[in-house]
Amino acid sequence: MRIPVSWLVQQLELTEDLRDLTPTQIADAFVRVGLEVEEVSPLGPVTGPVVVGRVAEIEVLTEFKKPIRFCTVEIGDPEDADDENPATTQVVCGATNFVEGDLVVVAMPGAVLPGDFTIAARKTYGRVSNGMICAADELGLGGDHSGILVLPSDDDVAPGDDAISLLGLDDAVIELSITPDRGYCFSQRGLARELACALNLGYIDPAAIEVPGADGRSVPVTIEDPTACTRFAVRRVTGVDPTAPTPWHIRRTLMLAGIRSISLAVDITNYVMLELGQPMHAYDTSRLRGGLTVRRARAGEKLVTLDDVERVLDPDDVVVCDESGPVGLAGVMGGASTEVRPDSTDIVLEAAIWNPASIARAVRRHKLPSEASRRYERVVDPALPPVALERAARMLRDYGEGRIQPGRTDEGNPVAPDPVVMAMDLPDRVAGARYARGVTASRLQKIGCRVEVGAAEDGTPVVTAFPPTWRADLVQPADLVEEVLRLQGYDTVPSVLPPAPAGRGLSSAQRRRRAVSRSLAEHGYVEVLPFPFIPPTVWDAFGLAADDVRRKTVRVLNPLEAERSELATTLLPGLLDTLVRNVSRGARDLSLFHIGQVVLPRTGAVPMPEVAVASRPSDAEVASLDAALPAQPTHAAVVLAGNRQRAGWWGAGEPAGWADAVQAARVVAEAAGVTLTVTADALAPWHPGRCARLSVGGFPVGHAGELHPKVVEALGLPKRTCAMEIDLDLLPLVDRKPVPQVSPYPPVLLDVALVVDADVPAAELTLALREGGGELLEDLSLFDVFTGEQVGEGKRSLAYSLRFRAPDRTLTVEEATAVRDTAVAAATERHGAALRS
Amino acid sequence: MSGANDSYDPKEVAALAPDILQAAVEKAREEFSSAADLDALAAVKPAHLGDKSPLLLARREIGALPPQARAEAGKRVNEVQALVKAAFDERRAQLQVERDERVLRDEGVDVTLPWDRVPRGARHPLTTLSERIADVFVGMGYEVAEGPELEAEWFNFDALNFQKDHPARTMQDTFYVAPEGSGQVLRTHTSPVQIRALLERDLPVYVVCPGRTFRTDELDATHTPVFHQVEGLAIDKGLTMAHLKGTLDAFAKAMFGAEARIRLRPSFFPFTEPSAEPDVWFAEKKGGAGWVEWGGCGMVHPNVLRACGVDPDVYSGFAFGMGLERTLQFRNGIPDMRDMVEGDVRFTLPFGTEA
Repeated sequence: MRIPVSWLVQQLELTEDLRDLTPTQIADAFVRVGLEVEEVSPLGPVTGPVVVGRVAEIEVLTEFKKPIRFCTVEIGDPEDADDENPATTQVVCGATNFVEGDLVVVAMPGAVLPGDFTIAARKTYGRVSNGMICAADELGLGGDHSGILVLPSDDDVAPGDDAISLLGLDDAVIELSITPDRGYCFSQRGLARELACALNLGYIDPAAIEVPGADGRSVPVTIEDPTACTRFAVRRVTGVDPTAPTPWHIRRTLMLAGIRSISLAVDITNYVMLELGQPMHAYDTSRLRGGLTVRRARAGEKLVTLDDVERVLDPDDVVVCDESGPVGLAGVMGGASTEVRPDSTDIVLEAAIWNPASIARAVRRHKLPSEASRRYERVVDPALPPVALERAARMLRDYGEGRIQPGRTDEGNPVAPDPVVMAMDLPDRVAGARYARGVTASRLQKIGCRVEVGAAEDGTPVVTAFPPTWRADLVQPADLVEEVLRLQGYDTVPSVLPPAPAGRGLSSAQRRRRAVSRSLAEHGYVEVLPFPFIPPTVWDAFGLAADDVRRKTVRVLNPLEAERSELATTLLPGLLDTLVRNVSRGARDLSLFHIGQVVLPRTGAVPMPEVAVASRPSDAEVASLDAALPAQPTHAAVVLAGNRQRAGWWGAGEPAGWADAVQAARVVAEAAGVTLTVTADALAPWHPGRCARLSVGGFPVGHAGELHPKVVEALGLPKRTCAMEIDLDLLPLVDRKPVPQVSPYPPVLLDVALVVDADVPAAELTLALREGGGELLEDLSLFDVFTGEQVGEGKRSLAYSLRFRAPDRTLTVEEATAVRDTAVAAATERHGAALRS
Repeated sequence: MSGANDSYDPKEVAALAPDILQAAVEKAREEFSSAADLDALAAVKPAHLGDKSPLLLARREIGALPPQARAEAGKRVNEVQALVKAAFDERRAQLQVERDERVLRDEGVDVTLPWDRVPRGARHPLTTLSERIADVFVGMGYEVAEGPELEAEWFNFDALNFQKDHPARTMQDTFYVAPEGSGQVLRTHTSPVQIRALLERDLPVYVVCPGRTFRTDELDATHTPVFHQVEGLAIDKGLTMAHLKGTLDAFAKAMFGAEARIRLRPSFFPFTEPSAEPDVWFAEKKGGAGWVEWGGCGMVHPNVLRACGVDPDVYSGFAFGMGLERTLQFRNGIPDMRDMVEGDVRFTLPFGTEA
């Protein structure tokens, strides 16, 4: 909402000390009571000779690309003219929206316009131009540059008059963004009231005009859908002079509000909307067929709106119809067939109250926000229609010589807001402050409530507030509290730290997630946070089978990028995108990680239940809400490319490989305090021979390894890119880790090399040794893997160092050797391992 | 070789003469000190302290002396032998020090050579910032609550007092998922977690909810469709707006230093009444200390409490929320929000592992 300061302060009873209220003071006052000020724009600045001129003669110069006008302009009274103050001057002008006799604004040589634009006499298009005929925006008067500013003829204005004071350039426009609860602030009326409250000044309500009782009805109105329309009032004005110009003060207000001037009738309806907040519509009576009906649109019905667009109506749209059909999309935009035209003399004025939700839906459906809908989507004071009609009709009479017809139709039953009863000290209790006696009542009165002070049954004082018609948002005590507090000023609320509750700290899962994140970072991984939006085509690039569960995604109905419509079921596509972006920017050695939720639709999903909000839902209802949502476990994933260990002056680097990806899983498991089991698998998008399945406690929790070469190629990844993904939610939470018994006795170290078939997994062989070794085998580590002629075709040798130790004594070499032999025997029994000599 | 029982030979016995012994000492000292290193010293040692050294040979002659002279001669030989030994030890210690110094000198390296063979990693600053904020509140006794990112409209809107046709529900702001009318949205704020916390926990409830949120804003320098929020919720008996302000003041000081404080401006949110927008006084604001807009807050709306089964006549409370991207942007002076979402490692690495 853009509004000139001068217009706002008209409704204030300014006290002596506030007579020179600056736009900044006004903006600060608005902010203090909760209105958001977007911008304060002073008009102008314009200095020097800028005067009213009357175009006396136009000579059109045709030898240029576009018609250029060489104008003779009267700028003073010929009787007072002399050499220094000539009665006329000549100005070259490229605009064509004016005729001889029009009053225009002439910036004379020496004038300085906004942007430090100094006017001087200069030769142009072969003529000497002694200044400039100005458009509104060139004067810093709004943004209109559609043509030269032509002033309405007025007996009080003569050529040569100072235009700076006439145009009111010593003014500013304040732009506010109005929160949804304050529809009444979409008007001079509402904003001036807020300002009066903020500055503690008297307020003059522009709606407080005398509205005579209706003398019969005007055009008949039928409201078929009273939920959509709670009030519909019309009034007719005949004999309007269609050539009558819109008075300057109205045009100026519209211009500064960013509304174009159309015709006297339309300008007046817009002006009343700005002034009171009541959107209005003007019909050409001669084009209306019969009475008006408010109803829902019928399927397939069409309406050409004022912007000359044909709109197919939805059965949920509310329309105003005459006997010919829809003539307006209610509260949004009027129809073209009955609009006021340059020859209209007989006008029907409409002021109605619509259901905000219904208007909001229509605006969304037709993508048609308008000044009217912006107000109707919030709340319009239901008491306004007859007032607005009266105001507009009188202006049509005063400025357009119209005759106000006595009848007024006023249908519908607007309801007054219910009174709200509140404990007198509730504002104090909510604020945690103590306010002076009478503050609550006086603040509520100030915003327009009628207030009754009484006592509750227990004798404590209560206040009953009867909210004004424009404050339908005041429905419970909390709403009244906000009014009192914001007008008292939030700076009156003290700052008190509440006593600390007995918190239990982070949950095990939260601590684990932090540990995993930190551990991955400490192992060289850089955290990234890719978006969850992925293209459905990625699954083919991943080489997933047609029935792979990861293809079952949730689709976003309104994605920002049409091709990225799916919510990720795995973190890998996002991570690989980020990897590619880094590579494209020149990075080569990359280890990235991401911890985040994925969205996994459930099989047999149930529909979302309808759950009310008046009271706590039942446990079953909460459970059914959750059951309707997909599972969203937290995953951790890494991708690796390039070198894991850099090349440098020390020698070659170590390329990242499948083993690093598997190791990343071990890092995660270790941080989570669980034991990971690694087995071979062949799952896309991994390389079938370099894919590890990760399990904990026998349950698969993820995969790791090198990506399939085809996947690498399809996604344009660096060669041998590796990846790991693990479902953190599947890892059991370990709150108390087992305490190992630490033996103080010396160990016995023995090595053993075993030859097995090459396809026996190292982890299996290790497990056999570990289990065969029993408690005395404290630890073992694989230090060599060897294949070659010496061990035979299809075989390989794995060499382990074994560390034996007893908890209660010094183990002898003989005992240790016996245990080693048992361990080897277990390996031999399970995997046919032969001791290599 | 002469022995103790050999007959007395004056010539041989001359070896025990004091001047002869003194000469041997001098000679030993000279040769020890001219030994350039420990090997050279070891090489000359036998000549002066070995079995064939003059002193050892002289000692053997003691037996040839008349008994009355033996004690005195023995004493003399012992004395000079101690002198030679001392000279040797001294020189050896000296040479050992020299050798140790030389070894250390020779083992010297160019310590300025880089050794970043295993590059370090980093956590995203939004993660560490979020944890740091959570820690501030955990320190105030709060617990950390979480919820799903794809959320039921009931949690994201209905229970938060958004009317059915509230403009925030439109597709212009909210990501909806298929099928049409699924009743599921990508949560537009972390506030649904407040509802979950109130339904799941016993009163009083003090929780902080960090998380990822979604709105249909195109990505640019100051907007991102996927962003992060931290919200706080406190529901207890007797909580006031003064407590809200006190909590935010403490939060601001923890994040921005002792000078920081909070100013509240009235505003509107469906789920709070009264509502406010906090500004934080930020000493390092670009262009000079000043107020910076920092989220939204207010007293939890009675309708929200009712929807969660909390009696608004008994319990009251406050809620507040901030955007993490915006906080990081002004706190760390990051001009372009896209740097936070693109995942360029050059942006994240300097942040290390903690905020």
